[in-house]
Amino acid sequence: MTSPQLSPAKAAGPATVGFQPVSALDYIPKSELENLQLSRMRAVVQRAWDRVALFRSRLEERGMKPGGIQSLADVTRLPYTVKSDLRDTYPFGLFASPMKEVVRLHASSGTTGKPIVVAYTQADLDVWSSVMVRSLAACGLHEGDVLQNAYGYGLFTGGLGAHYGAEQLGATVIPVSGGNTDRQIMVMCDFGVTAICCTPTYFLHIIDRAAALGVELKKLPLRAGVFGAEPWTQAMRQRIEQESGIKAYDIYGLSEIIGPGVAIECACQDGLHIFEDHFYPEIIDPETQRPLPEGEEGELVLTTLSKQAMPLIRYRTRDITALVPGPCACGRTLRRMRRISRRSDDMMIIRGVNVFPSQVESVLLAMEGTLPHYQIILTREHGLDQMEVQVEVTARMFSDTVGALESLQAKLADAMERVLQIRVQVTLVEPRTIQRSEGKAKRVIDRRQS
Amino acid sequence: MKITQLSLFAENKPGHIIAPCRLLAGAGVDIRALSLADTQRFGILRIIVSEWQKAAKLLEDAGFRVKVTEVVAIEVADRPGGLVQVLAALEGSAINIEYMYAFPFGREEKAVLVFRFDEPDEAIQRLQSAGINLVARAALQKA
Repeated sequence: MTSPQLSPAKAAGPATVGFQPVSALDYIPKSELENLQLSRMRAVVQRAWDRVALFRSRLEERGMKPGGIQSLADVTRLPYTVKSDLRDTYPFGLFASPMKEVVRLHASSGTTGKPIVVAYTQADLDVWSSVMVRSLAACGLHEGDVLQNAYGYGLFTGGLGAHYGAEQLGATVIPVSGGNTDRQIMVMCDFGVTAICCTPTYFLHIIDRAAALGVELKKLPLRAGVFGAEPWTQAMRQRIEQESGIKAYDIYGLSEIIGPGVAIECACQDGLHIFEDHFYPEIIDPETQRPLPEGEEGELVLTTLSKQAMPLIRYRTRDITALVPGPCACGRTLRRMRRISRRSDDMMIIRGVNVFPSQVESVLLAMEGTLPHYQIILTREHGLDQMEVQVEVTARMFSDTVGALESLQAKLADAMERVLQIRVQVTLVEPRTIQRSEGKAKRVIDRRQS
Repeated sequence: MKITQLSLFAENKPGHIIAPCRLLAGAGVDIRALSLADTQRFGILRIIVSEWQKAAKLLEDAGFRVKVTEVVAIEVADRPGGLVQVLAALEGSAINIEYMYAFPFGREEKAVLVFRFDEPDEAIQRLQSAGINLVARAALQKA
């Protein structure tokens, strides 16, 4: 693929902040976009029908044929695809291209048993790079930037996805991969790094470690972070931006659909623009599976419009978000989704009550201003579920009097009970006793089964 | 007339007190006085050490949560009524004692009481006007 060389904001096209030619498709007129989506939708449904046995049998069960897609609204008549479909057809059962056309395989870490495997043709990789180019450009990156790519390289899609996109953008890529925080900080200091990609919790870890080493991140040329692969909060963004002096952007993606680059924040940081020319979004009620109107919160469902090797029709992401009504101030015509607040997978059922880790986070943030390290531990005593929240005592929380600490524990427990509707035991624990993640945070330990 | 005390957060589990003590011992920091407040789930180890700045840095660098507090140390006669004399000087005021602990001072028939007051300056004034001996910082620790 060729991409035009970059020039400053004066380039032809809508007069918008940070507009870059590589981003031209982000500003496609709505009617053009819908025509493109419809023709791609029909093609991908036909391809899946022709080449994927599971999809064909599901349409046949419903007495449907691929020709039935007359408008974009017809997508709601198609059956959903779910994660267990990928597991059940492990490893290659959903592939729509012969292996000689598949140039890359990735696999996502399964928390239980086998991973799920995803495939790319060369055209798929080109699409992936192009959406990553557009993502990084939306975060204000351009030729000449030095990008420290601290997503893991390997079977995980984060590392290579960001890598090829950044190279194509014209940035200098440092493929440092995840882990080894001291080396990350050395690279950041010595290589003139201007932007970093990693998970937000890992960047918080870098902030803490840099402070311990006496490195002032604010004095480095680092100015942008592209953070994803796990849900995070506005409060985490504020902490990152205040303590490191960078601008923190949210990127969204998942291996099943393509990897990172499904949606990205722009300079407005008010929702993530979905690359709708390649990924068609819907929001459904996860319980009733009915489509929800724009603006309502529910589960994100995506259809890959241009994937060859592994097209997924109406894939249920398990991620909870809402589509943002109205246009964005940046001028992009691509619809936005709210940052992922939680995954429906994260839901814990405690004594019959639905509880999300994000609710615990909201209480800690409201009371402490920043998010301390915490962990939820679920146990069962005499047949009753018990929920304990362990919180690492911060300098701000710690007091030399027992009364102050006990009242803090009680206040946190009361506030959590009000939000969660169940009794929670809050326990203060020593700093650095909750396991730190180099990648994703492990927030819940469920010991109820054992 | 105040003394600097360090407080450390510790979980109420076996082995959680020795780590900071070992760290201070290794650095040659002498613990002059100590008290351990315990609850069911956590404890607070309060110590008065000879070189508090060095100790605080050492502990914080090792990842301990440390709080620096000013306390008041008072010398009393080690005999019946010694404590009463001190408390009587505060009687009738609104000064509250958050906590206190005592240790022998290595001199004959003397003990040292360490107080954490909610209003330390007012307490010092009242104690001094009642003729009670406050222990100077220099007697316990380096400035």
